Amino acid sequence: MKKILLKVFALLIIASMFLVACGGGATTEAPVATEASETEAPAATEAATPTDIACGPDPVVLKASFETGFDIPFKLAEEFTKQYPNVTWDISQDQFANLITTTPLVLASDNPPDLLRLPTMVSFAKDGLLMNLDGYADEYGWNEWPVPQLNQNRIAEDGTRGSGALYAMGLNYSLTGVFYNKELAEQIGMTEAPKTVAEFEDLLARAKDAGLLPIMQWGSAKSGMGLAFPLQHLMAAYGPVGPINDWIFQKPGATIDTPSNLIAAQHLEEWIKNGYFPADINAIEYTDAAARFTQGEGVFTFNGDWQNAGYDAGMPGNVGFFLFPPAEAGGAPAAMSAPLTFGIAANAKNADCAAFFLNWVATDDAARTINVNIGGSNPGGPLGATMPSAAEGSVTNETLAAGPVVGEAGNSMDFIANATSSIFAQGWTPELQKLVGGQQDAAGLLQAVQSEYVRELSQ
Amino acid sequence: MTTNHRHATPSRFRWIFQHWNIQRNTIIGWLFALPALIIYTLFVLQPLVLTVQYSFYKWNGVGPKTWVGLNNYITIFQDPDLIGTIINAFLLVVWFSFIPVGLGLIVASVMHRVATGKFGAVARTVLFLPQVIALVAAGIIWGWLLSLPGLINQVLKAIGLGTITRAWLGDFDWALPAVGLIGIWVLLGFCIVLLSTGITKIDPALYESARIDGASWLREFVTITIPLLRYEVGVCLTVTVIAALAAFDIVYVSTAGGPGNSTAVPGIQIYILAFTQRAIGLASALAVMLMILVIIVILPIQWLNRENKV
Repeated sequence: MKKILLKVFALLIIASMFLVACGGGATTEAPVATEASETEAPAATEAATPTDIACGPDPVVLKASFETGFDIPFKLAEEFTKQYPNVTWDISQDQFANLITTTPLVLASDNPPDLLRLPTMVSFAKDGLLMNLDGYADEYGWNEWPVPQLNQNRIAEDGTRGSGALYAMGLNYSLTGVFYNKELAEQIGMTEAPKTVAEFEDLLARAKDAGLLPIMQWGSAKSGMGLAFPLQHLMAAYGPVGPINDWIFQKPGATIDTPSNLIAAQHLEEWIKNGYFPADINAIEYTDAAARFTQGEGVFTFNGDWQNAGYDAGMPGNVGFFLFPPAEAGGAPAAMSAPLTFGIAANAKNADCAAFFLNWVATDDAARTINVNIGGSNPGGPLGATMPSAAEGSVTNETLAAGPVVGEAGNSMDFIANATSSIFAQGWTPELQKLVGGQQDAAGLLQAVQSEYVRELSQ
Repeated sequence: MTTNHRHATPSRFRWIFQHWNIQRNTIIGWLFALPALIIYTLFVLQPLVLTVQYSFYKWNGVGPKTWVGLNNYITIFQDPDLIGTIINAFLLVVWFSFIPVGLGLIVASVMHRVATGKFGAVARTVLFLPQVIALVAAGIIWGWLLSLPGLINQVLKAIGLGTITRAWLGDFDWALPAVGLIGIWVLLGFCIVLLSTGITKIDPALYESARIDGASWLREFVTITIPLLRYEVGVCLTVTVIAALAAFDIVYVSTAGGPGNSTAVPGIQIYILAFTQRAIGLASALAVMLMILVIIVILPIQWLNRENKV
C-alpha cells in the first residue's frame, strides 16, 4: 500500500512539474501583467488627490530607488531626515542601464517604491504604473514655476510628451554647452566666448593649425555616441528648437529630417572631415573622453553640467564653459536641458510624503545648496528662489549663470537621444559612427535616424 | 478450476512482484532525477516555452499583450539590420571556432611531441587561463590593449609599423577581427586542453611505429592525430560554434555592437530589443530564430561526429 502511495505521489509530482512547464507562465505571469494595466489604468488618468500633504508626525519609511553613481538624491535624503527626523529611508540603487530593465517590474510589484529615479517614463505612465502628480502640482503651486521645467515631464493621453498630465519632477535641471581648456584656448587666441558658429569654427581651425585636438568627444557604442551633442547644438543654431522638441516628444508627423537639420549635419560632417575630433572617437567611452580632456587633450568638449565636479577636480581653475553660439550674431543661444526625473509609483504607500520631498528639494535652501554643490545643476523651483552659489573658481558658477540666458530665450531642448527608448542605441549611435567612418553622409544620417524612429514608434 | 486458480495466484503474484520491482527501480531513478528535473523545468524549459509564446505577441513587458501571429518573424526577415546581425554571427564562427580548433590541433600535437613533462603542464595552464578569467574583466582589458594609445599599437610603433596603428575596436574593417581575436584568446585554451587529453588516449605504439618508419611531425599529424581526434574535434566545434552564434558578453563589453553595426550580433540585438526598446515579442522571435539557427548548424556537426565514430 505504501509503495502504491509512493508511486501515485511520484506520478503526481512529475505531472505537476509538466503542468508548471506548460501552463505556469500562462496562469501566473500573464494575468498579472494585464490585470495591472486594467485595474491601474484609471489611476493614470485620474489625478491623485492629496489628503494630508506632509510627512506627518508619525514615523515614515520612504522606499526609494536611486541611480548608482549619482550622489545627489542620497545627500538630499540625508538632509531631509535631518530636518524631518520621523522620515527614514529604505533605498535601493542600481546602474542606469539596469534601471531601464528593472523599473517596470519594480513598479508593477506589490510593494513599489514611493520615490524613484525614472530612466524613461512614457510607457510606465501609459501602463498606469506612475502616479499622476497634477493634484500635488495644484497643491504646491508647481504649475506657476517657469514653464520649461515641468513640460518635459508631462504626458498627454496619446502618449506624447511636453503637455498633459504631470508624471514626474526633476530633482534638478541639467544644461549642456561647450567646456573649454582655458590654457589651450588662450594659446589659440580665444579671448572671449565665440558669438557665432562661424567664430567657433574659426577657433576650431586655429586649434587644428596649432597642432592641438580641437574637440574631445566620445563615440563608443558602449556609452553611446557623443557626437549627438555637437549635432543637436548645431541643429538649434540653424533652426528653431520647437520642431526638435516636437520630434523628441513624439508629436504626430514630427521629423528630424528637415532642411535646417541637414545644414547642421553637414557642418558636423565637415568638422569630422577636417579632423576636429579624435581619430579613435568610435572607440572612446564617455569616462575616457572626460579623463583625456582633463589631462589636456582637446581645446573644447561638448558636455553637460553634471560633469562639472569631475572637470573641477581634474583641471581646477583651468576649465571654462560657454553656451553654443547661434548661427547669426545677436541670435539667442540654445541648450539641452533635461530634468533629473523622479516619479512616484501609482501604488506607492507614502505618496504624499514623497511629493512633499519633491517640493522640498526645489524650495528648501539647504536642499538647493546641496543640489548645486554636489550635482552642479540648476535646482529649478519657483521664480525668484535664491540661487546658491558654488565654490569660487568652480565651472558650476558659469553653467548656473548660463541657465537663465537659455531660459529667457525659451531655447531649451530635451536630448534627441531621448526621443524613444532605443533611438540612441539603434539610431544615432550607429549612424553617427558611420558618419565618422565615411560610410554615411549628412543627408543619409537624418534619413536613417528618421526611419528608425518611425519603425520604433510603429512597434 | 480451483487448482488452476491456486496455481495462477502465486505466478501472477510473482509477475506483479517482478514487474513492480522493475517499476520500483524506475520510480526510484525518477526520484533521484527529480530535483534536477524540477530545476531544469523551471529555469530552462519554462523560459523556452514562454519565449516561444511571447514571440507571437506585441508586448512591452508590462502592459497588455497583443496577438500578432507571425508578424515578429516577418519583421526579422524584412529588417536588414536584424539579418546583418545573423551574418556577423556567422563571420564570428571563423574567429571563435575554426581558428581556435585549427590552432588547438596544431598546438596540442606539437606539445604532445615536444613539450612533455613540466613544460607541457605549464604551457597548458597558461593557455587555459583565459577560461578562468571573468569575460567582462577580460573584455575591458582587451579594450585598453586595443585602444589607440594601447599596448598593441605601442608595440606596432616600436617595431616600425606605426602606419597601421588604429583604434582597432572603433574601426569599421577591423572591429570584427579584433573581437574575433579576443574570442581566439578565450577559446584556444579550451580547445587545447580537450584535444591534448584526446591525444594522450591515442595508443603511443601508433606514433612509435610511425617514427620508426621515419614519419615527420606533419605526417603523424595528418595520418594519426587528426583522424583519431575526430570525436574531440566534434566537441570543440560544437562548443565554439555555439559560443560564436550566441555571442554576447565578449561583444557587449568590447564594442557593444559598434562601430555602426559592424559587430552587432543577435545576442546584442535581442538584449537591446528586449530591455532597451522593450519589444519583448520581437526580441523573443529573434531569440527563437537564433535557437533554430544554432540547432541547424550544430546538428550536422553532431551527426558527422557519430558517423565518423562508426
